[in-house]
Amino acid sequence: MGKNQDLKKVIIIGSGPIVIGQAAEFDYSGTQACKAIKEEGIETILVNSNPATIMTDENIADKVYIEPLNIETLEYIIKSEKPDGILAGFGGQTALNLAMRLKENGILDKYNVKLLGTGSETIKKAEDREEFKRLMLEIGEPVPASIIATSLKECYEFVEENGYPVIIRPAYTLGGTGGGIANNEEELKEICQRGLINSPIGQILLEQSVAGWKEIEYEVIRDKKDNCIVICNMENIDPVGIHTGDSIVVAPSQTLRDSEYQMLRKAAIKIIRSLEVEGGCNVQFALDPSSNNYVVIEVNPRVSRSSALASKAAGYPIAKIAAKIAIGYSLDELKNYVTQNSSACFEPSLDYVVVKIPKWPFDKFNRQIEPLELR
Amino acid sequence: MKGILYLEDGTLYTGIGIGKKGTSVGELVFNTSMTGYQEILTDPSYAGQIITMTYPLIGNYGVNSFEKESNYVYARGFVVKNICENPSNYMSEKTIDEMLKEMGIVGISGVDTRSITKKIRNCGALKCVITNEELSEEELKLHLKNLQQREDWMKEVGTREIIHIPGEGHRVVLVDFGVKRNIVRNLMARNCDITIVPYNITFEEIERINPDGILLSNGPGDPKEATEAIEMVKKTMLKYPIFGICLGHQILGLAVGGDTYKLKYGHRGGNHGVKDLDLDRVFITSQNHGFAVDEESIKDKDMIVTHINLNDNTVEGMRHKTLPVFSVQFHPEGAPGPQDSAYLFDKFINSMKGE
Repeated sequence: MGKNQDLKKVIIIGSGPIVIGQAAEFDYSGTQACKAIKEEGIETILVNSNPATIMTDENIADKVYIEPLNIETLEYIIKSEKPDGILAGFGGQTALNLAMRLKENGILDKYNVKLLGTGSETIKKAEDREEFKRLMLEIGEPVPASIIATSLKECYEFVEENGYPVIIRPAYTLGGTGGGIANNEEELKEICQRGLINSPIGQILLEQSVAGWKEIEYEVIRDKKDNCIVICNMENIDPVGIHTGDSIVVAPSQTLRDSEYQMLRKAAIKIIRSLEVEGGCNVQFALDPSSNNYVVIEVNPRVSRSSALASKAAGYPIAKIAAKIAIGYSLDELKNYVTQNSSACFEPSLDYVVVKIPKWPFDKFNRQIEPLELR
Repeated sequence: MKGILYLEDGTLYTGIGIGKKGTSVGELVFNTSMTGYQEILTDPSYAGQIITMTYPLIGNYGVNSFEKESNYVYARGFVVKNICENPSNYMSEKTIDEMLKEMGIVGISGVDTRSITKKIRNCGALKCVITNEELSEEELKLHLKNLQQREDWMKEVGTREIIHIPGEGHRVVLVDFGVKRNIVRNLMARNCDITIVPYNITFEEIERINPDGILLSNGPGDPKEATEAIEMVKKTMLKYPIFGICLGHQILGLAVGGDTYKLKYGHRGGNHGVKDLDLDRVFITSQNHGFAVDEESIKDKDMIVTHINLNDNTVEGMRHKTLPVFSVQFHPEGAPGPQDSAYLFDKFINSMKGE
């Protein structure tokens, strides 16, 4: 199969400024992607609003636009550059959102630009909570149980079936006023009653809480032939309830038996296949520490922050391989860039353990330190 | 307790003795799986071998009575970088050290397993002594010298008598050269009626059982030692559908008139990319073998190579041109490792249906 010969010029969208939640990891993935495309003899156009990155150095892309990342600018650049394709999976959520809006506004079709790698349908399915939930149920993968309730009776029924704790969120209140986590009947009654009153439409959302469960992530790559490989899995030493960004994370997982490891690996591959992701994907699970029950928490159909950690941990250039897949290669056609003489289609086996420890620059903030939580 | 690993090239590693107090001699091999130490230790295919784990933390999730591939440990020793004495998993019943002691396996921890692995990769499989007794270098050498290198382990580790597991579906004769329990579980999950038979079963005995198909199991040793089985397969393949796994694949290779050879250091791990040439797809497979089928030798024997290893292009699977007879070198049942290619069991079921 090999490289798509129709691609002569490609635009890569960067991630913009470094902010909390979207940091220098995307500079790394974007740079890898630029190099991977450029070495194939494809003209590489980079758009990024952040000049203070390695990515915007002269020798990384053929042409660099340091412009605001919005659809007006992108349309202008597309119009004047006439690229054959656009790569949006390497600039975090910013790039993905921008590409989705270009697609929705008909700009990609108007100028006949192909969205390379993971398609817009897939992105929509993974990003929209309702659609994602529907898809997971369709393929038989568990998601946290949830209902929209308008009476206490429904709340009791929900708890009877799904147990404590439950997360309660009143609909349409400012900052979720009146919500909370209920661990017993007393708390459930109190929070639900308060929530039903606080919500202007008398509705509350109840969701099974998996706080305290093991938080496990898998980094998966898929190509258009449907070959799937797991680059690495990771275990958050801090359980669900503490954001991955704030957690101590180890690769590979430390407390999973082989059967648990394979159960979640199989689920991750099933999900990436059903979504038809072409490139890298991150799947997050919550695993009950006292049974084999698990739920799918989230899927990122792109190179994510965790991919950067997984890349380094496993010594596998995820962004580079994902970029090669986006321009038409399949995994079995690519070489392992570390060993040079074996295939890229294998799963790295570590003979070491990688630990990520977060560092909070509290000295940069002059307000009081708040406890770490879900966000 | 001091532990010593002494290799035939004279290298001596000193560490901490674990498991049973004693001395053991065998062939040193390495496994690259990051999980599944319990399944690996209980896999009969390791008979006579001393296993080095390349992953450095072993025992983290403990051991339990459910996830074993046989009731015993046939390996001769266990070499790790670090063992965990405080396992964390809801199913854990005991530590890996306790299991080694119960099973009577000599082990060593605290040695540089990366350097041991590199040595095996460079020199090929090595003979070694593992001990946690006070032995002089002369005594270690004597142990090595006295090692009777045998390769007919498949005659030791399988069942001695016929075992019947009733089922509603297809009737399968499972020839036991040291079968892993997950192969049996995979057949049971497909409702098969299973008759597990000893390695030296004859064609005539199989005819009397009158099965719908035959599964040749995995197992330890050199396939050329399985002379009775090779003769049996020569005849049965003309009459029954056959599916071979690992050693079973090699025995099929010999039965059709092909040849097998010993790999420099074998494939042992859960991360091998194997290409299915018919499907043009790659599957990540679980592997444990020291021998392989020679590709050239089966070319004019009515066999077609169906799978190749993406790392070294060795034969990973084959099928007969006209008969419903096929085999794979890797382990579709995983345990440990991925079960991406479990569809091969379905293929076997279909071949018994005549599809």
